[in-house]
Amino acid sequence: MAERTPLTIAMPKGRIFGEALELLKAAGLNVPTDLTEDSRKLTVEVPGEKISFLMVKPMDVPTYVEHGVADLGVVGKDVLMEEERDVHELLDLKISPCRISVAGMPDWTPVANPKVASKYPRIANRWFMEQRQQVQVIHLNGSVELAPLIGLADRIVDIVSSGRTLQENGLIELEEITQITSRLIANRASYRLKNEGIDAIVEGLAHVVGQEGEKR
Amino acid sequence: MSNIRTFEKPTGVRDLPPDITAKKRWVEARVEACFRRWGYREVVTPTLEYFETVGGASAIAEDKLFKLLDKQGQTLVLRPDHTAPIARVVASLLRDEPVPMRLHYHGNVFRAQDREAGRFAEFHQSGVELVGGASPEADAEIIALAVESLRELGITPIQVAVGHIDLLDALLLEQTGSSDSVAKLKESLGARNIVSYRENVKELNIPSTNREKLLQLLRFRGGYQVLSELEATTSCERALERINHLRAIWTALEDWGVAEYVIFDLSLVGSLDYYTGIYFEGYGAEGYYLLSGGRYDHLLERFDRDNPARGFALKTDRLIMASPGGLMEEERIALVYPEELRRAAFQRAHELRNQGKVVGLYKEEEMDSSAQDYDRVLHVGEGFDG
Repeated sequence: MAERTPLTIAMPKGRIFGEALELLKAAGLNVPTDLTEDSRKLTVEVPGEKISFLMVKPMDVPTYVEHGVADLGVVGKDVLMEEERDVHELLDLKISPCRISVAGMPDWTPVANPKVASKYPRIANRWFMEQRQQVQVIHLNGSVELAPLIGLADRIVDIVSSGRTLQENGLIELEEITQITSRLIANRASYRLKNEGIDAIVEGLAHVVGQEGEKR
Repeated sequence: MSNIRTFEKPTGVRDLPPDITAKKRWVEARVEACFRRWGYREVVTPTLEYFETVGGASAIAEDKLFKLLDKQGQTLVLRPDHTAPIARVVASLLRDEPVPMRLHYHGNVFRAQDREAGRFAEFHQSGVELVGGASPEADAEIIALAVESLRELGITPIQVAVGHIDLLDALLLEQTGSSDSVAKLKESLGARNIVSYRENVKELNIPSTNREKLLQLLRFRGGYQVLSELEATTSCERALERINHLRAIWTALEDWGVAEYVIFDLSLVGSLDYYTGIYFEGYGAEGYYLLSGGRYDHLLERFDRDNPARGFALKTDRLIMASPGGLMEEERIALVYPEELRRAAFQRAHELRNQGKVVGLYKEEEMDSSAQDYDRVLHVGEGFDG
């Protein structure tokens, strides 16, 4: 494996980055853990391992990977569900566990003209369609918890991890849509053309997170 | 109509500038030559088809079709692929021609994209269909031809991954015993979602040895030897038969000298409910997905000429990017002449063009900077002897 082809990995800026780095280290990759994520650099080279990281917005990780500018990516399942990109989903890294839920005011009752605010319009639409509920989904880019308080929407669909943000805004979780963890994804062509390097990383990571199913 | 629309175009379609168009022609000519040498004859089918016949028979999902109504109120589609139209031709226009029939095509196809995801709604394909016969050699022929086409374009490295839908089906059914579970597992693989495949396997109510075998399926990636490894895990008659078919394909590919470019990957699944045997995808150069194809045995029966068939489509737009060749080879000459020597200049241009040169003519007094784009500037002047 000494002659591994160089790999580019798209990493989400923010809370997942540090955890993902720890995993790669545990998987035997010689990555320095002092790669500060608050650095302004958008690309980070790891000299010894022929790996470079692209530091991108979490929501954009699948885009970089689909278009092949990154071979691999680490991304939350929430983003994968929302973006529906054409990539290989290789491994559940089991980091950053949380859930996507429907939330609202504690006294919420069905209303005549239901509106749901969310950063995840596709997930929200799909969920309510499956529930055979007709709702209007409003796409927001942040501060989603505000929407029910000021009457923009009667419910929201959002990420819940500890539930504290909801609590602080006087909201409660009404329904859980799905559990979320971070995933390792691969570009379709890289998965074929750089399979040795990718397999080695997948194998190492699978061992660390206890999913040896695919190990050769 | 507002002014801004003048230069705009609908999402997902584009203009090809001269240099890209030249390269596209080159790519098509190279693969065309290759297809012809292998005995494939070109057909052209219409851009518009009936939704009910071709639209419904296509491997492309209905929500990806561009639909429109004709004056009689019939639903039409812009062709989403070439395979279904060619099946229609084979069953109608070419009904009396014997099989095996080898046909090829070049043309654009249309797939509606619902977002600005950087995906094209119109793209170009060149491909082949081999209709009739069920032999491993016929299946191997199109894999070999796919590799040959990529080699013809100077693309390196090349990797073609081959799966087998019916074999996968048999193995999944053997371990799960339920066609519902098979469908679910195939859907995960079709979405290239190994995580959800594993989760689905874990949720199945089956003995742990079966579960283990289902997880093992993901490991069967590689050359000839994976077939023996795979054989050891099954006692299903249908699966064993398909494994032998793949073996025969492999040895045929070895005889063609292209086996080194091919790997088996049992987890590879194409468009569901369309491919019935082998399914393959080709990748190459710096990371391009270049072709896909496979065996489809139920399409022709929809058009009432029941025959096994297989084919592949090259993704021309990506070949243009992936292939290193295709630069203009002819010398380009700017021929500058004074008005009184026009006749001699035209004669000279004619001769040079017959020698295969590209010649642009400039009247001396009207010469502009565009002449500098040529490789060489030639002056027709005094002392010029034609």
